[in-house]
Amino acid sequence: MATTAEGFDAHHDHGHDAHDHADHKPGFFARWFMSTNHKDIGTMYLIFAIIAGIVGGAISGIMRVELAEPGIQYLGWWAQLMGGASDVNTALHMWNVFITAHGLIMVFFMVMPAMIGGFGNWFVPLMIGAPDMAFPRMNNVSFWLTVAGFFSLLFSLFVPGGTGPGAGTGWTVYAPLSTSGSVGPAVDFAIFSLHLAGAGSILGATNFITTIFNMRAPGMTLHKMPLFVWSVLVTAFLLLLALPVLAAAITMLLTDRNFGTTFFNPAGGGDPVLYQHLFWFFGHPEVYIMILPGFGMISQIIATFSRKPVFGYLGMAYAMVAIGVVGFIVWAHHMYTVGLDVNTKMYFTAATMVIAVPTGVKIFSWIATMWGGSLSFKSPMVWSMGFIFLFTVGGVTGVVLANGGIDDNLHDTYYVVAHFHYVLSMGAVFSMFAGFYYWFPKMSGRMHSELLSHIHFWTFFVGVNVIFFPQHFLGMQGMPRRYPDYPEAYHFWHEISTYGYYIMAGSMVFFFVNILYALVAGKKAEANPWGEGATTLEWTLPSPPPYHQFETLPVITDSMDYHDHRPATA
Amino acid sequence: MASAAPLNDDTARRNLRTGLIAFAGALAMLGLGYASVPLYRLFCQVTGFGGTTMTATESDAARAAAGVTGQKISIRFDATAAMGMPWTFRPTQPTDTVTIGERDIATYVARNDSDFPITGMATFNVEPEQAGKYFNKIQCFCFTEQTLQPGQEVIMPVLYFVDPAMLDDPNMKGVEQITLSYTFHRSETSQAAAPRSSN
Repeated sequence: MATTAEGFDAHHDHGHDAHDHADHKPGFFARWFMSTNHKDIGTMYLIFAIIAGIVGGAISGIMRVELAEPGIQYLGWWAQLMGGASDVNTALHMWNVFITAHGLIMVFFMVMPAMIGGFGNWFVPLMIGAPDMAFPRMNNVSFWLTVAGFFSLLFSLFVPGGTGPGAGTGWTVYAPLSTSGSVGPAVDFAIFSLHLAGAGSILGATNFITTIFNMRAPGMTLHKMPLFVWSVLVTAFLLLLALPVLAAAITMLLTDRNFGTTFFNPAGGGDPVLYQHLFWFFGHPEVYIMILPGFGMISQIIATFSRKPVFGYLGMAYAMVAIGVVGFIVWAHHMYTVGLDVNTKMYFTAATMVIAVPTGVKIFSWIATMWGGSLSFKSPMVWSMGFIFLFTVGGVTGVVLANGGIDDNLHDTYYVVAHFHYVLSMGAVFSMFAGFYYWFPKMSGRMHSELLSHIHFWTFFVGVNVIFFPQHFLGMQGMPRRYPDYPEAYHFWHEISTYGYYIMAGSMVFFFVNILYALVAGKKAEANPWGEGATTLEWTLPSPPPYHQFETLPVITDSMDYHDHRPATA
Repeated sequence: MASAAPLNDDTARRNLRTGLIAFAGALAMLGLGYASVPLYRLFCQVTGFGGTTMTATESDAARAAAGVTGQKISIRFDATAAMGMPWTFRPTQPTDTVTIGERDIATYVARNDSDFPITGMATFNVEPEQAGKYFNKIQCFCFTEQTLQPGQEVIMPVLYFVDPAMLDDPNMKGVEQITLSYTFHRSETSQAAAPRSSN
């Protein structure tokens, strides 16, 4: 089926044992703080994302508890804890700070680092048979820029932001609230945090593009690459083209705030709506940045546990390319209510709906992969199937919201909140848990408990649905997003939604216990714990892989297809 | 420090080239982000997008006058002083009925209620938005900055016409009134002239 590269025995000629050399690790400080190893950097990204996820998740807990009842219950207490005044305006500002921090942390410091920095760094080089990333030291710079960005955002919580401490602008940082509406350095620090994280991501994207284009193993053509690698390639292009536009927009915000420019100030000839155009020109590709690597992981996992090649490989790869391309020309569907004329709305409605086509190709291809497959319901598989179902629910509400006319009614309501949490907090997060359980044995060398991960799945599934499904009802009844208070009429479903949060939070206990269990007492993982369905190159290496892998490059022969990259067994 | 086997020169050179091309792409998008500011303004001015009105010359006005059919349209005048702008600003008459294609003059009155001179700049647009490209201004107080002394009241004229081409535009069907709206802002360039905090 396949062969190993010529000169497989080459490094024995160097006179020392190949395995020892491959596993030689530097000391603790040099290894973790000056790391140039893609697997170590990937691990650090994953740990960072888990920590940021705990912070962002805790903030959403504060919000859900506040929303469980009408009236303002706890915000004043939090405002005072953060050093704010004890009046109602400061308490309400605290709410804005929470929604801002939750959004920015989850997008820039949880999902993106986990998907791209974590799984991307770990598995793109392994899957294409490369020894490391193309620019290992730049990889390190990317990671620490992201960490610095996170600290800049956390620091902004403790400095004045206008009505109280912290930046209360929402993750979109719309002008004029973020310019003349928020005096004090908090918003500057929040913007600076985006600059740092954005710079880190642009460097990372450059690195991935170069790695995937230039460092594939001999014979690994683009059309033989695993779909996860395809997904990271498309994501890297989206990052490269979208993030600089955000950087430009938020730099204009900074100069409007501090240096007297008037990019977004009508008094000086500017236009606040231009900020929204620039932000969403970045913001819409950004939502695909958050989900495409998940698509890639789901494709690998479904194929593995169906013991079948993925259905419609080329269609799957180019569907992601299509989603990426079309994702750049639909941005104004986030701004239907700024006063677009009817023809513009018509275009953006139609263009937005077109995205349902490649997305549908993916959903149906996953189902077709499972059809007739030899299914085994291991933990990564159940999370993937949960992903397919819940992402589809989020996609359906997305098609509803794509209509310019309907959006006039639903814009900025909880219906939108429910929609984007179904595709992110269930779509992206389910795919990350699927990927985590899929690759955890490979990364750590230990098996996690299938029982605990199944309990985690079911409780999490129930929890997030109880949180977010009722929010559709709230939105259709007119509950606006970003409000800490509401009339009694919305009480019932808000209370239910908060109970859902408790279930979800409880389910996370199983996740952390599972990791601890695996690291302390987990069974040693084999090179390939998932059986004959796992056919990509990472499963040909021991678990965990040696510190340096593929010093002799694997060779993908002409007889091998996109699915099976394993070398022939004697 | 242990590191992976060094890449051979050829791969390293190709990596550098690909990396630089990718990075240049990112820089180009950064440039495009900034270029969007003048491009967006130009786009609005050319297409009348978002109710941006047109600027016309006397000869444009003469050409439009040739297309007069005698049909009339109502114009509503709206005036707002921005937050922190201590001026009283209002139209001399709330509405006017004009012949489409004919030149008309409308006047606004502005008075500086503060006790220091203030320079202001007016922003403008029309509603409904699709009327923007048919609403032509020949002369307008909004083209330049206006300075008012303490207590000074001035009449501010705008010379305009409505392009008869609107009668052929299906998007303008059923539009019986165009609202012309102005907002007077304190000019950003003359902040030093007076303290901002005094109101």
